[in-house]
Amino acid sequence: MLVFILRRLAQSVLVMLAVAFIAFALFNYVGDPVSGMVGQDTSLEDRQKLRHDLGLDDPFPVQYARFVGNAVQGKFGLSYQQAIPVDRLILDKMPATLELSLTAALLTMLVGVPMGVYTALHQDGPLARLFMTVSLIGISLPPFVVGILLILVFSVNLGWLPSFGRGEVIQIGWWSTGLLTASGLKSLVLPAITLGLFQMTLIMRLVRSEMLEVLRTDYIRFARARGLPNRTVHFGHALKNTLVSVITIAGLQLGALIAFAVITETVFQWPGMGLMFIQAVTFADIPVMAAYLLVGAFFFLAINLCVDILYQIIDPRLRINRGTANGYGR
Amino acid sequence: MTERLHLSPSAVLAGLVTLILVSAGLLAPWIAPHNPFDLGSLRLTDAFTPPVWNDQGDSAYPLGTDDQGRDMLSAILYGLRISLVVGFSSVLLAALIGIGLGVLAGYLGGWIDGAVMRLADIQLSFPPVLIALLIDGVARIALPRDLHARISVYVVILAIGLSFWVQYARTVRGLTLVEREKDYVNAARLIGVHPVRIVFGHILPNVMGPVLVITTINLALAIIVEATLSFLGLGVPPTQSSLGTLIRIGNDFLFSGEWWIAVFPAITLATLVLAVNLLGDWLRDTLNPKLRSQRL
Repeated sequence: MLVFILRRLAQSVLVMLAVAFIAFALFNYVGDPVSGMVGQDTSLEDRQKLRHDLGLDDPFPVQYARFVGNAVQGKFGLSYQQAIPVDRLILDKMPATLELSLTAALLTMLVGVPMGVYTALHQDGPLARLFMTVSLIGISLPPFVVGILLILVFSVNLGWLPSFGRGEVIQIGWWSTGLLTASGLKSLVLPAITLGLFQMTLIMRLVRSEMLEVLRTDYIRFARARGLPNRTVHFGHALKNTLVSVITIAGLQLGALIAFAVITETVFQWPGMGLMFIQAVTFADIPVMAAYLLVGAFFFLAINLCVDILYQIIDPRLRINRGTANGYGR
Repeated sequence: MTERLHLSPSAVLAGLVTLILVSAGLLAPWIAPHNPFDLGSLRLTDAFTPPVWNDQGDSAYPLGTDDQGRDMLSAILYGLRISLVVGFSSVLLAALIGIGLGVLAGYLGGWIDGAVMRLADIQLSFPPVLIALLIDGVARIALPRDLHARISVYVVILAIGLSFWVQYARTVRGLTLVEREKDYVNAARLIGVHPVRIVFGHILPNVMGPVLVITTINLALAIIVEATLSFLGLGVPPTQSSLGTLIRIGNDFLFSGEWWIAVFPAITLATLVLAVNLLGDWLRDTLNPKLRSQRL
């Protein structure tokens, strides 16, 4: 177990170093960030001074060593576009993204799991068929299209819910939360549905197929033979066995949610890390791009590591054979 | 064989819809009523014409016009064309890379196998859309602006292709490992058939079923990823609007009431993806009855 964790940890560190190299390589392939920051009439000396202040005139190895050293301490330099420290920018945006992603994940589980159980137990019922059809549509609609349609119906036509921003936020230390104000909660509804819909259909289909699989086993047949009531068999025996793989996939999907947040945040102008990343790409703001890349990779690897460890703890039968657990495309 | 290819009504419908949309896209230059890229023919006075069934509609523009007076129907047909071309090309690229590396890893084994599978593992921990976003974003910054504008369609194809190869590689590697040990391959090897011929003549034909299924499903995903990139303003340039670009333009006019600019391209995109997905489901069930009970 310890060996397994250490090996996975070492692997993760290697991947992080590779990602760090890509992020750093970004700096060296770009034209001249200084000319993007200053006006046409800035003198050569001023440009040189700014270049020196930003550390852009040092040799390659020095810059790389400094980059890794600083990144470990969470220092990513100044944003080219806004001229404020990138770590402050990220800490500022992180709560918005995490609140959105976690709400979407919660929604996914609270709606997806019951729907999956229902469709498995009432395979040919009309409601189950409806759920399956809806889930197929949910998988075929790109998230940004879902967002646009929701905005069109609930913001433009009905005027019930806001279509952009986070509403009012309250500061708790450095964390800004929108969960404690009415306007903040109302603003969260549409983005969370947009972000969660795809994962929800995925979880629903997963729970359904796993339930059908488990219900066919001898273990369930014996439970029935013992005369246990249906409810105990379905929820105490069948669902419990299903949850092993559901937890795994759900954990991995949390990483995917943070990634998909890029799209949802753009549609709803949600002031999180994803929107920041897209703006950074548009403005060629390399330090912000590099920082997002590293922070994002860190989140993914941390989540993957936790899921792998959790997997071993929950189900010792299954040694590391995860296959395509998070192989779904988007 | 014909017995196993039984057609369900939804599969027939999906096939028909796919066929119609693909031919509409391919024939766009001939069947579109207007040329949306001919700037000379655009009349700004026709901008924001609603669809024809609306009171202010104009029969020359059945689905209305956008902010520049472009006919939406024609723009959608041309957009469909771009979406399909990018989707097909990127999946083809992903398949070539993935099958190549998969066969190599499975047939040769050893360090090549290890290297390819490690790379696949690493890439699997990141969602493809993010990888495509990153490759496209880096290319945007690294390439000179005018060069990028000219080749950006190829950049998008490359970005999506590179983000989808893993599934091919893993599947083909697994199947190759199984095929490699079979008697007919051993026999071929014993009588001195060249390894290249064994791979192309014996192994590849036997792994094509699953590859076809993956291709259909990936085609739907690639179309979605391309639309997403274009929607974010990163994909294909505005001079070659795909469905995603059209939706992005329409997104700006949702609040002023011109809903049709975003909604019609969105419906087209969703229909295309849904049809291709249904086709993929059917193919999977048909080619692999074992999987029928555990569809996900």
